Amino acid sequence: MSEFERYEYDVVVIGAGGAGLRAAIEAREHGLRTAIVCKSLFGKAHTVMAEGGIAASMGNVNSKDNWQVHFRDTMRGGKFLNNPRMAELHAKESPDRVWELETYGALFDRTEDGRISQRNFGGHEYPRLAHVGDRTGLELIRSLQQKIVSLQQDDLLEHGDAEARLKVFAECTITDLPRTDGAVSGAMGYWRESGKFVVFEAPAVIIATGGIGKNFKITSNSWEGTGDGLALALRSGATLVNMEFIQFHPTGMIWPPSVKGLLVTESVRGDGGVLRNSEGKRFMFNYVPEVFRGQYAESEEEGDRWYKDPEHNKRPPELLPRDEVARAINSEVKAGRGTDHGGVFLDVSTRLPAEEILRKLPAMHHQFKELADVDITKEPMEVGPTCHYVMGGIEVDADTEETRVPGLFACGESAGGMHGSNRLGGNSLSDLLVFGRRAGAGAAAYVLGLGENRPKVLPSDLVTGEAAAVAPFENEGENPYTLHQELQSTMNDLVGIIRREDEIREAIASLEGLKVRAAKVSVEGHRQFNPGWHLALDLRNMLTVSTCVALAALERQESRGGHTREDFPGMNPNWRSVNLICSLDGEGGSVLIEHKPVPTIRRDLLELFERGELSKYLTEAEVAILDDPSVTPEQGTQS
Amino acid sequence: MTYAAHFRVWRGDSNGGELKDHTVDVNEGEVVLDIIHRIQSEQAHDLAVRWNCKAGKCGSCSAEVNGHPRLMCMARMNTFTKEETVTVTPLRTFPIIRDLVTDVSFNYAKALQIPAFAPPKDLALGEYRMAQVDVERSQEFRKCIECFLCQDVCHVVRDHEVNKKSFSGPRFLIRAAELAMHPLDARKDRADFAVEEQGIGLCNITKCCTEVCPEHIKITDNAIIPMKERIVDRRYDPLVWLGKKISRRTD
Repeated sequence: MSEFERYEYDVVVIGAGGAGLRAAIEAREHGLRTAIVCKSLFGKAHTVMAEGGIAASMGNVNSKDNWQVHFRDTMRGGKFLNNPRMAELHAKESPDRVWELETYGALFDRTEDGRISQRNFGGHEYPRLAHVGDRTGLELIRSLQQKIVSLQQDDLLEHGDAEARLKVFAECTITDLPRTDGAVSGAMGYWRESGKFVVFEAPAVIIATGGIGKNFKITSNSWEGTGDGLALALRSGATLVNMEFIQFHPTGMIWPPSVKGLLVTESVRGDGGVLRNSEGKRFMFNYVPEVFRGQYAESEEEGDRWYKDPEHNKRPPELLPRDEVARAINSEVKAGRGTDHGGVFLDVSTRLPAEEILRKLPAMHHQFKELADVDITKEPMEVGPTCHYVMGGIEVDADTEETRVPGLFACGESAGGMHGSNRLGGNSLSDLLVFGRRAGAGAAAYVLGLGENRPKVLPSDLVTGEAAAVAPFENEGENPYTLHQELQSTMNDLVGIIRREDEIREAIASLEGLKVRAAKVSVEGHRQFNPGWHLALDLRNMLTVSTCVALAALERQESRGGHTREDFPGMNPNWRSVNLICSLDGEGGSVLIEHKPVPTIRRDLLELFERGELSKYLTEAEVAILDDPSVTPEQGTQS
Repeated sequence: MTYAAHFRVWRGDSNGGELKDHTVDVNEGEVVLDIIHRIQSEQAHDLAVRWNCKAGKCGSCSAEVNGHPRLMCMARMNTFTKEETVTVTPLRTFPIIRDLVTDVSFNYAKALQIPAFAPPKDLALGEYRMAQVDVERSQEFRKCIECFLCQDVCHVVRDHEVNKKSFSGPRFLIRAAELAMHPLDARKDRADFAVEEQGIGLCNITKCCTEVCPEHIKITDNAIIPMKERIVDRRYDPLVWLGKKISRRTD
């Protein structure tokens, strides 16, 4: 075994996006020595890409908004498959988490009376998204980054060392989580720059590694979104929940290639942009599903009036939840009414004057003009579904974010449950803050509870981890880029937005073949900043995660949210209460999948809904508990 | 539409290196980063390059393209002729790690030196009130994606290594301006700090930073010059100077 660089911490956070940074701040504020380890430079995480805003029922624009309304919208968006406790905590705590950012120096756009302005977004009943133009994610990352710097300045004053209690290890990849007697004992990995190995000994590890988009060919995610954290959790004995639910953002750019996959924020539609097919028809009015009838405009005239007078008109169907819009676009393209490049048109140029577009969507305009020479004030955009977000993820306790493995926590996109089968826009940034903070607090409580009784990293774990990591230099096989491209095509084409049993089975067979080839993958050069090697190591994570997605997609025989089965088109109330849980059969073993009940929706939360609406999602027996006076507010669907 | 372009890419590490020639396909609508990725996946698997969002939002893929500091994801290939050789080299102001990747830790060290936002003590969560017109000035500077192109191009540090100690560079002068113009920042010494610790006096407003900013932040006009004016007002106004002398005497 080579020499490992060694560190000791109380908490190690993997990932420096919104969730990871918020978790680290919380752990540090609990007095714990905290390390943040991330694959990129500090401040570059994918969170910067979020455009729309942070959902929080502050009620600044419409005072009727409150946590109950936000909870209701979130459950509707997730088709009632959300972990209801997570949805409740999220709705209750997000306003404080947004206001807290102001104390870190964040500068949100303001209302007339100087409060934080809030904008409309798909699936949200009231204007709810705190925003800064269309660069809200950047503001969030920068505010958290600057809060971390501020804590480091405090430590410099107090300890003479800025990194005494909080340190960022940038461009460092974690490859394994050593464990002792079943509990996490730390994290091991390598410096991307030098290729040298490093081990962090720590009793608590928080996974905040974000999404899995790089498993698909067309994605809005950056190279980092390979699902490392999900694979690490699985290999450590934790479980993944509902990996079949993947959000394809309806409006990713299809053309030109320099911006392929790049998102066009939903605010373009919230501010007046409409979707048209190649015949010039505004087609969304044909795609309002039964459960949403009555909540959306039925004519273009009414929809158009809503932008000015939302109190007295229903919103246009372009603002349906993302899965509905994505499916509608897919149907239009399949029916031969798509553009030459396989998308539809999203037009704001004929809907708003150029100066208003420039004022409301400056980053969008700037981005497309500079990256692709497209002027959105003059011409429509060509858009189509792009892999955007995974609702599934690591299974955690709703209050503490702890996984089944002692000392292992997860939050943000890498954790599952909060969003059910589909996430509303704006709910991801609030998710990062609410559950990032809770994970930090959960890890702190766990570490403080251990006292001196901390698990030690076993040298044998390091030997095994290192051997697996350097194997690609010894192998004589294919290069990782080829395998990655095949993996992406397999997932995109066979387990993409519309799924069928035969195709999913074909994908599973392909993945098995790829696994055999990946075991022999070879890289050239040396360990110093070698992207080929980095990809080779990420590849095994992607194969594990993709397998979970495919198996869960095969298992769930219904269509709901981010999972559409052509052979099972409807939503089935009996599947509403089923979580699909993936685990590994031993550390190197195959993926197992089992059915578990969705946690109970308490009676008091059920009573926030009209009974007629509940009947669209729940079984008769589940709705009937509302007639049973012996069911207390604390009991609910599983009682 | 596809044509074969001639690229020259710098390969090497802190011990030195050289430009390597590549003939590589370019398709309609592509940017320099697409071509670098094609070279990486087809010809040089171990070519080191930083990138993340590929959308001009994260500021990772900074390099010098034909000598100009650019984000590679925003350098469109249709801005070059098909015959033109495209030369890609790492940022010159920072030490080389490998190929196109440089050590930008200078910037993180400078960020740590600037006192953080000081929240007003008398306001609880949710009580902040600020007018849009007042936050807009600082919001302009918060558009910064930290690509460090302004730091790279600034001749104060690009040509004079010795200045790195005393000069924080344009990126952190806009951070100072952002905090100075924040309606609720409780600290009042931002301008003094910019002089004493950030070396704002070394900037002689050649506006190179503004020119390379991919976010089109008016670094010189809206941040550096107003900060310099505040300093002049505070430190060199004879009446203020006299007032300070007198009040010091009476202390």
